[in-house]
Amino acid sequence: MNSKTAPTPQIRPLDLQDERLQDRTGLKGQLKAFVDRTRSGDLGVLPVVAGLVVIWAVLQTLNPIFLSSANLVNLAMESSAVGIIALGIVGVLLVAQIDLSVGSVSGLSAAVVAVTVVNLGWPVWLAVLATVALGAAIGWVYGQIFNRFGVPSFVITLAGLLGFLGLQLYVLGAKGSINLPFDSALVYFAQLAFVPPWLSYVLVVGAAGGLFATDYLHARARRTAGLSSMPLQSMIPRSALLLLVLGFVVWYLNQTRGVGWMFVFFIALILAMNYLLKRTKWGRSVYAVGGNAEAARRAGINVKAVYTSVLVTCSTLAAVGGLLAAARLAAANQGSGGGDVNLNAIAAAVIGGTSLFGGRGSAFSALLGIVVIQSISSGLTLLNLDSSFRFMVTGVVLLLAVMLDSVSRRSRTSHGRA
Amino acid sequence: MSSTPNSPGDGNGTPLLALRGINKSFGAVAALMDIDLEVSAGEVVAIVGDNGAGKSTLVKVLSGVHAPDSGTIAFEGSDVTIPTPMAALHLGIATVFQDLALCDNLTVVDNLFLGREISPLRLNEVEMETRSWELLKQLSAKIPSLRTQVASLSGGQRQTVAIARSLLGDPKIVILDEPTAALGVAQTAEVLNLVERLRERGHGVIMISHNMADVKAVADRVAVLRLGRNNGVFNVSDVSAEDVIAAITGATDNVVSRRSAARGAPGASTPSEENQAQ
Repeated sequence: MNSKTAPTPQIRPLDLQDERLQDRTGLKGQLKAFVDRTRSGDLGVLPVVAGLVVIWAVLQTLNPIFLSSANLVNLAMESSAVGIIALGIVGVLLVAQIDLSVGSVSGLSAAVVAVTVVNLGWPVWLAVLATVALGAAIGWVYGQIFNRFGVPSFVITLAGLLGFLGLQLYVLGAKGSINLPFDSALVYFAQLAFVPPWLSYVLVVGAAGGLFATDYLHARARRTAGLSSMPLQSMIPRSALLLLVLGFVVWYLNQTRGVGWMFVFFIALILAMNYLLKRTKWGRSVYAVGGNAEAARRAGINVKAVYTSVLVTCSTLAAVGGLLAAARLAAANQGSGGGDVNLNAIAAAVIGGTSLFGGRGSAFSALLGIVVIQSISSGLTLLNLDSSFRFMVTGVVLLLAVMLDSVSRRSRTSHGRA
Repeated sequence: MSSTPNSPGDGNGTPLLALRGINKSFGAVAALMDIDLEVSAGEVVAIVGDNGAGKSTLVKVLSGVHAPDSGTIAFEGSDVTIPTPMAALHLGIATVFQDLALCDNLTVVDNLFLGREISPLRLNEVEMETRSWELLKQLSAKIPSLRTQVASLSGGQRQTVAIARSLLGDPKIVILDEPTAALGVAQTAEVLNLVERLRERGHGVIMISHNMADVKAVADRVAVLRLGRNNGVFNVSDVSAEDVIAAITGATDNVVSRRSAARGAPGASTPSEENQAQ
């Protein structure tokens, strides 16, 4: 009864009782809170979304094919492999470390899967399993060296960058290139497996329904506990907006080939990582270690285990990404994982909004960042500009992203946010 | 000296924590020599002493950072050893170090429950937030929102969060290392209120301090360390600040008292401050 009428000061929620708190409930209040947050330097996904709009607008005016359904389908597929590698980098950056060897590890895993499947005749599942296990093992070794000898992760992984590149060349042997058979499940998954249109719409509705259900259950739990909760009138627009945006994207992609399973796999990994980071004790420890490792240690967190787990996750995801890249190319060669894969993965995490200083960022920054990078790459390729321009433009965008990170960090400090 | 040091342990029944003859040396330097200290439940014991008197070493012995070379530690009447910080926590001795050790990028609730989150695989944020509010309400802490990052809190509020966090494990003894250092007037008062509330809740409190006014304001007893030795334990209600300072410096005639005498205004003790002590 009371909750329907205007709340009197006596029955305000437990967390809103302090008189110094300004009203931030309702749509207007939330908008104001958003403006406050942004002004204080907590930019969130705002810069990368704005940047993406600008990049897409420019590239579309230069070449009308850019935003065509066919090209966007391709862009999504191309983003997946490096995006998965970037997802691992996000975790490492969150604890204020870096892994420079993801490119080499992905190249090595491409070589290993090609050799085991083609030369040794292993079944695909076994080859995949072995490759992923190899990635995890590499990360574990990094973790041991980092924890036991205190070598900076920068140096360990720089050694790994060289070492595993060498191992990749050795594994590939004298020929230096191995083609994966086109009828293998791996190649099919990465090139030809698309979600049937009906299923893609079911997934979209499922996502929006899932968001609403989580919001609703969370709000109910908070209300029962006497805390402030999200009102129904902001839950519904949220879910509806997600439904519309995702629905439109999927509809547009379905005009041609549709949504690739590999891209769905990438999104699934992001959602899983997001859950781990935001909803588990492990994720909380990762943010704590990135924010203040000494405080985390005194709070009883096993800081070394956190470092190891993050490095293992990163190398494992690098191996998965390398595997998918090889499958997409239907070949593993000396160039697999080389060139710009390494820097694109790291740049994607940073451009997406994960701080290089540790303790800030989210799993979704891998998606946003890699879409920016792939858009530039795809757009410039469509303009018949070679990789020289691509490198230069990506470099400028990366620099802008890091500058924004530093500036917003300073602004956050002066506004009392970490 | 005008007031005689109290014999330790004249409180009520068995003390919560009793140190007997604690020794600790670092190489040739004896940091602690034959230290006795007792703390009862619902009692605030201040430890004062000059730089290098051994206060921090004593805290480290109690919090499991350093093991004593000899001597016994009795906790609730039975002898114990405290080999690690975790062991101290398990016994029920929580320490709030001077640098607080909070994660600036996490919210107040996250910091309070850091390392002991409720349901590790699916964090129960609602439960953690309600319990945080309950705890902070018991402490009458004035933090407007628990969903703000710790970076946005004032020094006193951060100290409050650090103390509140130490209480989550339901300790019997809380050790505060210089809780009012670097705090403003109002914030210091807030923290002192908090110390009183800890006493009301029945915790034994050990407070390291350099500030005589703070000691007189909240402590029940004050233990003076000088050059690694006990130099008297006083009931705060019947000792003047000069006497404590005399015990700290080791003489009634010292640079501090000479200075106060010369200026005619006793800097260390004023009547109003003495009234604050209970």
